[in-house]
Amino acid sequence: MCLGIPGEIAEILTDRPDLAMVDVSGVRRAINIGLLEGERLAVGDWILIHVGFALSKIDETEARAALDFLESIGDAYDEEIAALRESMIEQG
Amino acid sequence: MRFVDEYRDAGRARALAARIAGLCEPGRRYKFMEVCGGHTHAIYKHGLEDHLPEAVTLVHGPGCPVCVIPMGRVDDAIHVAMRPDVIMTSFGDMMRVPGGGGSFLDAKARGADIRMVYSPLDALRIARDNPGKRVVFMGIGFETTAPSTAMTVLRARAEGIGNFSVLCNHVMIIPAIKAILDSPDLRLDGFVGPGHVSAVIGCRPYGFIARDYGKPLVVAGFEPLDVLQTVLRLLEQLAAGRAEVENQYARVVPWDGNARALDVINEVMEPRPYFEWRGLGFISSSALAMRERYADFDAERIFDLPGVRVADPKACQCGEVLKGVLKPWECKVFGTACTPETPIGTCMVSSEGACAAYYNFGRFSRDRVREATRT
Ligand code: SF4
Repeated sequence: MCLGIPGEIAEILTDRPDLAMVDVSGVRRAINIGLLEGERLAVGDWILIHVGFALSKIDETEARAALDFLESIGDAYDEEIAALRESMIEQG
Repeated sequence: MRFVDEYRDAGRARALAARIAGLCEPGRRYKFMEVCGGHTHAIYKHGLEDHLPEAVTLVHGPGCPVCVIPMGRVDDAIHVAMRPDVIMTSFGDMMRVPGGGGSFLDAKARGADIRMVYSPLDALRIARDNPGKRVVFMGIGFETTAPSTAMTVLRARAEGIGNFSVLCNHVMIIPAIKAILDSPDLRLDGFVGPGHVSAVIGCRPYGFIARDYGKPLVVAGFEPLDVLQTVLRLLEQLAAGRAEVENQYARVVPWDGNARALDVINEVMEPRPYFEWRGLGFISSSALAMRERYADFDAERIFDLPGVRVADPKACQCGEVLKGVLKPWECKVFGTACTPETPIGTCMVSSEGACAAYYNFGRFSRDRVREATRT
């Protein structure tokens, strides 16, 4: 829960300024970006996600390093991704 | 230092380890607390203690959100969850946390509708889809998750969703660190500062640790090299007679934190006069409650909570583990009566808990300790 997961912004939603579609380890999910108000976000930017919310903008090197680390710790990360897969934030 | 070769950057790890060893004054012992459960996990996973000289010990802190939830709070939540008109929602980590009368999983088996969610927004969605039910979100976590809960409440109000509420158990890291600094049974030389909590609160709130207690704190990233570099920076400060707050994780943590996230927390929540932490007891102004103006989203005001204080099980030494006084394997029930499948204490539940991390990864270190105590 406290381990953030990095994700890459795939689409900014014009009708919902507080949401973005984000690729997280191959899973595409709506993520709330309301806590990054004031940051300029664009497709291809990386963010650190906690429980469905982007908490900080990070650079790609950090994102890759964080992903390597998360993959190396195994179970906790798998659980987090499985939970994210189940997540139904703002769909439909 | 056998495991160093596993790292992508084995050369740098070895160089850091050598510099760390060089900075230790002969005959002096150093104890650093890693406050955050994410670091505990990384330290055990990578066997980092085995790369540190004998003189340096890392002890675990209270920064595991589910580990610090007191038994009575779990019972309160289950009391609400047992109501036929309620759907309780919770992060997966919380499901096996034992209360006085069992865990969420036990309550589920007794017929309570308790659902695991990834995000508070999922709980809100369940509320939207089930207008005939009252959907409660079990809000837990430090400043990393509190803004998400607060944002969800703001969204619920904006959308006029009246059947959603939060059972607020959010806690704050600074009062916990202060309680540990004030506790008489622990002597620490410095802190490996939490990573993602600091992305929200920034580095300034740690100032008092350096100023009033004369201890260095270095906010750290989660990779093996980050932790080693952090230990090095702590030792450098001590060697130079300095005590300062430094940010080793500047690539993620802005010095001033995330102002928007702090505003959102402050809009929706306020500090409680006191809150009980499992194993640590009551700590004043250490947790958040919903503000009066969000009373209609506050499960504590909507439902009658028993609010009974339940003492931790006698066998459980989580308090000592959370304060860094005991190592997980020193607890008498570790790995025997208390395992991740049948946890007695909370530190065995979450992957961020010291006992669970140690149970899963710590065998190598334990062998080393056994060896060390034999000779
Ligand atoms: S082994 Fe179990 S009871 Fe003992 S400190 Fe760890 S979690 Fe608590």
